[in-house]
Amino acid sequence: MPLAIEVSGLRKAYNGIEVVKGIDLQVKKGELLALLGPNGAGKTTIVSMLSTLIKPDAGTAFVAGYDAATQANDVRRNISLTGQFAALDEGLTGHQNIVMIARLYGYSVKEACTLADELIEAFGLSDAKDRIVQTYSGGMRRRLDILASVINQPEIIFLDEPTTGLDLQSRMQVWDVVRTLLKRGTTVLLTTQYLEEADQLADRVVIIDKGSIVAEGTPTQLKASTGGKTLSIQLQHPYQVNAINIERLLARHHLTLLQNTDPMLLKIPVTEARRANQIIQLLLDNDMPVAHFSLSDPSMDEVFLALLHTPSKEVMS
Amino acid sequence: MNNTTKAMPRIAPDSSLFSRESMNLASPNAVTAVRIFVWRTWKHTSNNLFAYGMDVVLAPVLTLLIFTYLFGGAIAGSTTAYLQYFLPGFLLLTILPMTVYSGTTLCQDIVKGVYNRFRTMPFWQPATMIGSVLMDGLRYMSAALVSFGVGMLLGFRPEGGAIGAIMALLFIVCFAFSVSWIFSMMGVLVKKPETVSGTSMMLMYPLLFASNILVDSDTMPGWMGVIVELNPISVAATTARGLMHGTASTGDIAAGVGVCLLLLLLFMPLTIYFYMKKVK
Repeated sequence: MPLAIEVSGLRKAYNGIEVVKGIDLQVKKGELLALLGPNGAGKTTIVSMLSTLIKPDAGTAFVAGYDAATQANDVRRNISLTGQFAALDEGLTGHQNIVMIARLYGYSVKEACTLADELIEAFGLSDAKDRIVQTYSGGMRRRLDILASVINQPEIIFLDEPTTGLDLQSRMQVWDVVRTLLKRGTTVLLTTQYLEEADQLADRVVIIDKGSIVAEGTPTQLKASTGGKTLSIQLQHPYQVNAINIERLLARHHLTLLQNTDPMLLKIPVTEARRANQIIQLLLDNDMPVAHFSLSDPSMDEVFLALLHTPSKEVMS
Repeated sequence: MNNTTKAMPRIAPDSSLFSRESMNLASPNAVTAVRIFVWRTWKHTSNNLFAYGMDVVLAPVLTLLIFTYLFGGAIAGSTTAYLQYFLPGFLLLTILPMTVYSGTTLCQDIVKGVYNRFRTMPFWQPATMIGSVLMDGLRYMSAALVSFGVGMLLGFRPEGGAIGAIMALLFIVCFAFSVSWIFSMMGVLVKKPETVSGTSMMLMYPLLFASNILVDSDTMPGWMGVIVELNPISVAATTARGLMHGTASTGDIAAGVGVCLLLLLLFMPLTIYFYMKKVK
């Protein structure tokens, strides 16, 4: 399978602080790879290097077969970037924005106008096309922004947190747009903080924390990788009131507690069902009566939290 | 492909866009790129005609009336006599603050993220700046023409005739164009558009008022006269006044054009340099 993006040993530091610490990535043609990680993980910096906005300190990045550091113009011809902030001209109408960008890609005035009408129709923005973008809602902006990104028929589209700050309905509209891109065979590199988004859209997920890759795999593989099951235990009393430090108690038995805000709920990843029995016994021995419990497959959230709270773990690739 | 089957596209996948053959597009050349950015700024203006009208028509006219009727009698004995002295410089007074827009617009593009899109596109990058600065030239010209026209109605007569007036107006627009690069550079360097407008006003107003635009420097105490004469805005005002009334010496014209060239040669390359450095 030919590669659309091939990255090895990519590094970047700002003022002596390394924000990207040696990243290796491969994205196949037509695939959607999600870079998943919390704020400040280095996702945007990686995308900026791949889309030629900044130069890496070390390592190589081949995008659409060209070196992002030395063949920036060739890379630019084959990619599009949709950043965290809608890259639109607020003072122009939606239609004027698209015409301007199409013209800058080399379409004639007439072609640009036709293309703008077609795309705006396809993205469901016809009613608003003659309004100034300043008056658009967040979801409309984001859709217009992605629309602007497909004008040059790019091989590869970078979507940097395309749904951050959007309500659920707008988010689903953006997902539809992304799926449409994939149907056309476009390669998509998407960054997101939302696990659900990665789960919904991605062929493969790369989890990034503090500038390094912590895990990589398909959503299904990642879910399976944490040991398969999550034990949820509902306590009769909040565990904080108990004298025993529950985290330390679990750690002594090589167990970790997943973060959650409910003081009466414990979520513990377990490798095998047999362990559940031991944990419940452990709690009872320590005067923590259990109301009820269940054993389930972990959600992407749990995978994510488990990975970020354990030191680097190579899941699989 | 996605292994989920719940995808229910609300966006027709068979729109002609998606069947369109990948076109082999050539990137626009530098001239086309500049033209596109001129068009962009023009659309900004026409989408926002009211503000533009306020800026180019209402504000200059009001200021002209206020200055003429408030100070005219006191400074020159009569409003018509004052207008003869004041109007050429007034054109600078009304246009120069507009040059700040070049910087705020540029900074806005950078901050708002539209700049990130431009930067990942394969066209001649300086076009983004040059296009909008050229269009600003048109804004300066319209404000100059409106103010000049109202001045004529109030009794101003260019003693250099039509040729003198045209030369003076052209010079004023060129000077403003040169000054606008200072703010464009600021727009590239600072992080917020407000910083450009704030700093520039601090720089601009003392320079505008401590000049010979409003009052002849001969009437000032010696030291003040020297400061005022050294002010580049005074140099430009002297040139504009001289051209308008046909009294400009070769020295005046050389000084005026010299200041323009100096600003242009210094700040245009610097702005483009800093901008390209951000691109790299």
